[in-house]
Amino acid sequence: MKSLWKLWIGLGLLILLTPLGLLARGTTWGEWAGGELKKMLGFIPEGLATLENFWKAKLAGYTLPGWNSPVLSALGYLLSAAVGVGVVIGLMFLLGRFLSTKDGNP
Amino acid sequence: MHIPDGYLGPQTYGALYALMAPLWFWASRTVKKTLRARQVPLLALGAAFAFVIMMFNVPTPGGSTGHAVGGALIAIVLGPWAAMLSLSVTLVVQALLFGDGGLTAIGANTFNMAFIMPFSAYSIYKLLKGKAEAGSKRALFAAGAAGYLSLNLSALFTGVELGLQPLLAHKPDGTPLYNPYPLQIAVPVMAAQHLLFFGWIEAVVTALVVAYLAKTDPALLEPSTREKE
Repeated sequence: MKSLWKLWIGLGLLILLTPLGLLARGTTWGEWAGGELKKMLGFIPEGLATLENFWKAKLAGYTLPGWNSPVLSALGYLLSAAVGVGVVIGLMFLLGRFLSTKDGNP
Repeated sequence: MHIPDGYLGPQTYGALYALMAPLWFWASRTVKKTLRARQVPLLALGAAFAFVIMMFNVPTPGGSTGHAVGGALIAIVLGPWAAMLSLSVTLVVQALLFGDGGLTAIGANTFNMAFIMPFSAYSIYKLLKGKAEAGSKRALFAAGAAGYLSLNLSALFTGVELGLQPLLAHKPDGTPLYNPYPLQIAVPVMAAQHLLFFGWIEAVVTALVVAYLAKTDPALLEPSTREKE
């Protein structure tokens, strides 16, 4: 296993490109908010209405609250990617510390 | 494919949490036996890659969107158990910080994308690759097929879980309490989107990155660098 630096650079480039993911508009099938369902069906299923908002994610929808203009939402998306990747990597290193043995110790 | 809160009733999300708990335990045990400290960055990279690739939304006709997952690639490189842990961490962060996938649905979403996907991808890759060399045409075809099929299997499970809701939880007059679309809608829609669009993206991403790794660092694709199953 060689050094992984090229893959880390690749990851960084992908982060920079994430705003491209905003070009696709619309909601994924089966992931509509209650309001969207109401428009489609005329009602919000009761259980869904109770459950859907019980967790408020800080960066819901990979945007920062209020960053709505095209430029800001692209920037918010990019920042979300960076934050998310940072947190995921941090957690994986933490988990890896608990789960791994030292090198050369099979 | 990230099921939000409110789309699954308690029986379903509870059952899938209950199913995942022993699998996570078993995955940790299996990974603990074989993971070396120097392989940890690769695990982190895998989880981070999955996180980013899921941000590249692709439109489909009809105004819907979706994305590849990267789960097949990670399974091929890390092996299925380590891939399961990496993808689970990614999905938990997506739910907690970004509201992508519900908290109640973490069991379901990890079952679909962090269990079904890496295990099916890994088996399909092994089966189709046979004894062919890591960068050979056959191995790349195996990688692409593993990406395509595993994403579709994962989507199928998601469609079934969603589609069961009107049957499992409804008011006396039949009004659904959670996801309102029955199996005969949820399954075909999920299947069509992934068979026609997202599956191909997953296939191309998987095959391209595996081809790149085979060229630059073939050791990554040898079983000796990951856990033995």
